[in-house]
Amino acid sequence: MTTSPSHPDPSHDKPEERVASLSDADPANQRIAVRVENVSVTYRTTFERTPTFKTAITRLGRGERAVREVEAVKNVSFEVFDGTALGIVGSNGAGKSTLVRTLGGILPPTSGRIEVHGKISALLALGVGFNAQLSGSENVMLGGLAAGLSRQQIKERAQEIEDFAELGDFMEMPIRTYSSGMRSRLAFAVSVHMDPDILMIDEALSAGDAKFKKKAAAKMHELMGSARAMFIVSHSMPSIKEMCNRAIWLHKGELKLEGEVDEVIAAYTKFLEIGEDKFAFDDM
Amino acid sequence: MSRSTQPDSGFLTEYQVYEPHKTGLPPLVPYITELWRRRHFAAELSRSNMRASNTRTFFGQIWLVINPLLLACVYYLLVDILAGSAKPLPGAPTGMEKLSHMVAGIFAYYLISGCISTGANSVVGSGALISNMAFPRLLMPLSAIRTAFFRFLPTMPVYFALHLLAGRPFTLSMLLTPFFLAIMMVFATGLAAVFATLQVYFRDTSSFLPYFLRIWLYLSPVLWFAEQVKHGLKPFMAFNPLYSILGGWTDLLVKGTIPGISVWVTAMAWAAASLAIGSLYFISREREFAVRL
Repeated sequence: MTTSPSHPDPSHDKPEERVASLSDADPANQRIAVRVENVSVTYRTTFERTPTFKTAITRLGRGERAVREVEAVKNVSFEVFDGTALGIVGSNGAGKSTLVRTLGGILPPTSGRIEVHGKISALLALGVGFNAQLSGSENVMLGGLAAGLSRQQIKERAQEIEDFAELGDFMEMPIRTYSSGMRSRLAFAVSVHMDPDILMIDEALSAGDAKFKKKAAAKMHELMGSARAMFIVSHSMPSIKEMCNRAIWLHKGELKLEGEVDEVIAAYTKFLEIGEDKFAFDDM
Repeated sequence: MSRSTQPDSGFLTEYQVYEPHKTGLPPLVPYITELWRRRHFAAELSRSNMRASNTRTFFGQIWLVINPLLLACVYYLLVDILAGSAKPLPGAPTGMEKLSHMVAGIFAYYLISGCISTGANSVVGSGALISNMAFPRLLMPLSAIRTAFFRFLPTMPVYFALHLLAGRPFTLSMLLTPFFLAIMMVFATGLAAVFATLQVYFRDTSSFLPYFLRIWLYLSPVLWFAEQVKHGLKPFMAFNPLYSILGGWTDLLVKGTIPGISVWVTAMAWAAASLAIGSLYFISREREFAVRL
């Protein structure tokens, strides 16, 4: 059972013309941020762990195909409006990371169509683009440029990022001297200062010690206010409940439920408790 | 007022549509616009890699000059000491003259082969960037090209020192050398893009590459001079782009003479073809990279 919100034309923003949808009636909500239509993503991988010449010959001898297809995302459709923070939950291997990367334009969908209104800032992995031999400040510049900011913009934010990461003198030391927690803090600090239009976060919420986590959560709330939309992939139900107003539940590549965050979390939690065999998806 | 829905409009920052990847090119104008907009990222990546590669060594960035010096020494050994046992004929070039001519070719050759080998590994070596961020993937080989170019620059003072030692003249026509340098860079860019793509699909490419490059070195007018091409090889020289490119380069830089018009035209044609075919091949395939890394 999936909810189907109305399809407002983004060019006619008059509230009176909207059909009421299940997302709340806030006028800011009705402009669409992301539209996903029947998207499937299939990976084609080689059968064996290491495709070697020897296995290719033996396979040729047996007349087998070496390629195996993994349907990571199967025919998923949903819409996200401005002002939505969408939580994406599901078991491991459900296709959450694949979906998020497809939304970000990193993976092409195998079929279907995705429309994105706005600029995406994706925090999909911490410290992407970082070079371990260089100092924290140099990596701030690198990470910022990797994320698509201009040099000028990064210079303007450098102090803010430094203050947020709270690394003190370590900012000038090469990051190979950092602990993993420090590295995550720096990476997180860089990523949340990218002024995102549409923010996508993949399981990056567990960075840092308790004090930093509180700061990170506060910053995410701040971003939610200024960002057009937010996508958060996480296994932590409390985080999702706290940050999100809507959620989707993916299971083995399929969209099982989309709706208000409490509803989806309740269904997912019940699923986790009673196990897959006993859970009747048709009941939803 | 409705927005046009261009399928796979790629990198327009306000509105993008992602559709299944078809073999073929994405719209090129938005691609190149985004490529230009993100150029600082490629530059910074290249700069960081160069800084990082020498941080833990004693000589640090001085290696950029030590490398060409040592290379010149190796070839001096080859040219003067090992090969120069026969009594030189009157009018034949001296050891130092031969060396300076050879070194000019070697440094240019190393620029091109550096572009190709660094470029080949640029995509597969940046796995995390490609799997987690959206940007025109051509930035990766372009970053490698910049690295190879900045490794080439310190070799020029070393060359000029040898040029002076050989007593070769400085003429005004040498001012045209940057033009041939640009031709080399454009040529190498196309090849770097091709090999970067091949490396993704066929990981053995980087193992074959050193041999391919070495054979190409021996078939090009670097260790021997364009006039001395062996009779049997002569017809094949039409197929060797470096015959005109390096031939023109050494004519200008070393001899100070302007090469004939056919050399210019051939070199420019090779460079343009390489850039067009190489980068378009890369761009048509780049959306698959994230899945294959």
